[in-house]
Amino acid sequence: MTERQQDSGTEPAYGGDSPTIVDSSTAEEQRTEDVTVAEAGGEIRQASLWSDAWRQLRRSPTFLLGAGLFLIFAVMAVAPQLFTNADPRQVIDLGLSADPPTGDAWFGYDIQGRDYFANVVYGARVSMIVGFSSVLGVLLIGVTMGSLAGFYGGWIDSVLARITDVFYGLPLVLGAFLLLSVMQNRGIAQVSLALAIFGWMTAMRLVRGTVVSVKDADYVQAARALGASTWRILTRHILPNAVAPVLVYATITVGLFIAAEATLSFLGFGLQLPEIAWGLQISAGMGRLRDSAHLVFFPSIFLSLMVLSFILMGDALRDALDPKLR
Amino acid sequence: MSQTLTTPDISGAAGAPVLEVNDLHVEFRTPHGLVRAVNGITYSVRPGETLAILGESGSGKSVSVQAVMGILDSPPGFVTGGSILFHGQDMLTMPAAQQRVIRGPGIAMVFQDALSSLNPVFSVGHQIGEMYRAHQGASRREAKAKAIELMERVRIPAARERVNDYPHQFSGGMRQRVMIAMALALDPEILIADEPTTALDVTVQAQIMELLNDLQRDTGMGLILITHDLGVVNEVADRVAVMYAGKIVESGTIDEVFTAPTHPYTAGLMSSVPQAETKGTRLQPIKGQPPNLAAIPPGCSFHPRCPHARIGSAAAADQDCAGDVPELREVRPARMAACHYSEEIFGE
Amino acid sequence: MSDTGEPILVVKDLVKHFPLTQGIVFQRTVGHVQAVDGVNLELYPGETMGLVGESGCGKSTVSKLIMGLEKPTSGQILFEGKDVAAMSRRELRRYRRQVQIVFQDPYASLNPRMTVGNIVAEPWDIHPDVVPRKERPRRVRELLDLVGLNPDYANRYPHQFSGGQRQRIGVARALALRPSVLVCDEPVSALDVSVQAQVMNLLEDLQDELGLSYLFIAHDLSVVRHLSDRVAVMYLGRIVESGTHADVYDQPAHPYTQALLSAVPVHEPALRGAKERIVLTGDVPSPADPPSGCRFRTRCWKAQQICVDQDPALVDRGQGHPSACHFAESVEIVHTD
Repeated sequence: MTERQQDSGTEPAYGGDSPTIVDSSTAEEQRTEDVTVAEAGGEIRQASLWSDAWRQLRRSPTFLLGAGLFLIFAVMAVAPQLFTNADPRQVIDLGLSADPPTGDAWFGYDIQGRDYFANVVYGARVSMIVGFSSVLGVLLIGVTMGSLAGFYGGWIDSVLARITDVFYGLPLVLGAFLLLSVMQNRGIAQVSLALAIFGWMTAMRLVRGTVVSVKDADYVQAARALGASTWRILTRHILPNAVAPVLVYATITVGLFIAAEATLSFLGFGLQLPEIAWGLQISAGMGRLRDSAHLVFFPSIFLSLMVLSFILMGDALRDALDPKLR
Repeated sequence: MSQTLTTPDISGAAGAPVLEVNDLHVEFRTPHGLVRAVNGITYSVRPGETLAILGESGSGKSVSVQAVMGILDSPPGFVTGGSILFHGQDMLTMPAAQQRVIRGPGIAMVFQDALSSLNPVFSVGHQIGEMYRAHQGASRREAKAKAIELMERVRIPAARERVNDYPHQFSGGMRQRVMIAMALALDPEILIADEPTTALDVTVQAQIMELLNDLQRDTGMGLILITHDLGVVNEVADRVAVMYAGKIVESGTIDEVFTAPTHPYTAGLMSSVPQAETKGTRLQPIKGQPPNLAAIPPGCSFHPRCPHARIGSAAAADQDCAGDVPELREVRPARMAACHYSEEIFGE
Repeated sequence: MSDTGEPILVVKDLVKHFPLTQGIVFQRTVGHVQAVDGVNLELYPGETMGLVGESGCGKSTVSKLIMGLEKPTSGQILFEGKDVAAMSRRELRRYRRQVQIVFQDPYASLNPRMTVGNIVAEPWDIHPDVVPRKERPRRVRELLDLVGLNPDYANRYPHQFSGGQRQRIGVARALALRPSVLVCDEPVSALDVSVQAQVMNLLEDLQDELGLSYLFIAHDLSVVRHLSDRVAVMYLGRIVESGTHADVYDQPAHPYTQALLSAVPVHEPALRGAKERIVLTGDVPSPADPPSGCRFRTRCWKAQQICVDQDPALVDRGQGHPSACHFAESVEIVHTD
């Protein structure tokens, strides 16, 4: 018996053609329980999470408003030509410098006499790119570090947690400001990178928390007992649990980082001319605030609305995905 | 849907019932539909007797006593019919303030999960003493003395030293004793114990059941024991009401119900439990799964799992198990069962 | 059926101490929880070995150690004579196939985000050579059928099933790699009485059909008696008594076994009060600071000085089966006739 080898011939052959033992009880008896209501309270468990969430989102005015705004800005970023025929860089007439809105130029003209509406519309693209790419960076750093810390625990967790604490001590805008101030070129990539480097901590904690709470679950143990690799356990069994909280966080953070980029650009340490960015426009308009308030007003409104759209969507998502609130 | 409103006197205990529950209905209105947790149950408890309510998960056994205690999560839970009489007074129709006066000293409850029922930030002595301070206006010192006395009564060793300890410093069995001490503080006439030993080991369970038995003998209180464990029921109860899908399907004295069940569900439960004699044989389980309270089968709610169900042409007039709801009726002297064919299956 | 041939799985002097630590970055050990402290077990092909004990006795840690989910502090686990700790990567993969586990909680043991079909087929993603990819859908259906579930439900999610059905899914997953040993860690204790019996019948049927060996871990003595050929009783990290089910249930020699058996409520009204109940006093001591000598002595009515000084070995003390008590004496606890 001891030298039984692994060729399947000697192993009990089952699951063959005639699996005969069907417990008399159940096979035919499963019509009633499409949804198993656990106790009378009607605790209905997740997994229908996403479809439930979607059903709720479609009826949420907050989400519809946020998503509507987001769609408009997204189209604006991808295809600004749909909104305006004017070229934002073309000087129409220096004599029109900082002229207020008219029927021809809805947002008036900027200091150099260019169509301001076209300028503001074209500014959406940069904001979107910076917002999404910096959050992508945040997720890369945060998910990796959170997974490592949560899964391995011990000293790795301690070290990563302390690093996180150190970064928490530095405000996002200040940290990015310091990093960018020593950089030669400050384009979209640099600004996004700076924001990601100083903004990943919350994502790390979110992921770490989820990993810690799930890693000892029986289904993870079952996978380990099967000999599953760490990678497989993390990606198939643990991290999917973090998707919902991370999605909520990421949505809101896109908005916050767009605002942060505008702040940096406004302060002169973010994007640089000739980039078309709302922060730069507001900055340039500040000098003429008394006589040409529209130069500050329009990009500010667009910026606020874009940030608002992400926060509204994130809020609605949080309500829809958090089973405790239902 | 209405059931016989009076239970025949089948208890050994004397005296008028302290608590009578009549035709109680409870439902939960959830976003996923209506869950009918309790569908017209009737029972009563006399001083000094132990009534066991036996049922599996989802039978509505816990909800039925939560309604009595007024601790139903509402919403989504609502009492939609029936009455709960304490010494003849309907608690459902009286104002909330009056209900509280009755519930503290009149009816007390012990829960399954003692750890989450105790507040972790107060010492156990404080929590036991709180009952006196809230209901009798006792001073801090009196309350503590009373707490020690009660802890001794539920046989917590070294009560005097442990009165200032916090819940997490006690073992599971000791925490359950603390819960019982709190419940006994105001000398209730009825003690409801909801799965009091389910979370405990079998040796500790034996200690707790013995304690409850002794306390009942000393105080003459009525005990309602909610459990899924047939063994526990057999050891401590006088009468048993078997619940299935929110209804009582059988009731009677322990000796009779456990010796000769008159409802197929009770019979199935008893043959599901492994015993010394069943070693080496196949168990005879009830087929299928417990019902979903959001979609209770029509007719007799047990019929999809019942080996004796008669449906359609096999059934007698007005006794189609899949269509006609069986009333809880007296099938033998002092025996109630809700089955159309009880006599034919189990004899007269 | 037990004493034929070589044991398939042997647990030898198994010890698992969990360190208790303090400090955040620089952790220091302030003590050890002696979860398992010198456990010996043998499992023979085709038999069911029951391991009973109350919560905290270490029985679940034994299952984790056997499954390689925890590393033993000392001692060995031998599979077909080979030390699992000394196995090569390849041998270890084979061991994983041969020894599988069924968990207690049918709600926690299935990934809520995977379909039943994916859950049952996951073992083949990890061990791709067992079943060729093309065959897998068919084999999933066969496995579901084998455990008494409708094969058409492979695309459903776990939350759409009741507890008993989920436990069947867990069994199907464990069987996917055609193991020879199944460690069942409280597989029916979370189930309703009526469903518990269904799953017990299923386990028995599968054993007959597939020649499986079970290590059946549970706290419910009636369940263990029904399924087991041999039984070991654990208390505070050690086995205090072992033998055939008849030895342990009808002639228990260790006071703890006797108390445990006497505490089990009987189901027949006629037997009510027929057995003498031994109600133990006090609680189980902390495994971080177990008593010297015999670990049961703090709750034992027979305890003498020798119990403080000498650790009783698990040997046959004249009752025909081993028990770890200086004052072992067979007593019939449950009168069933």
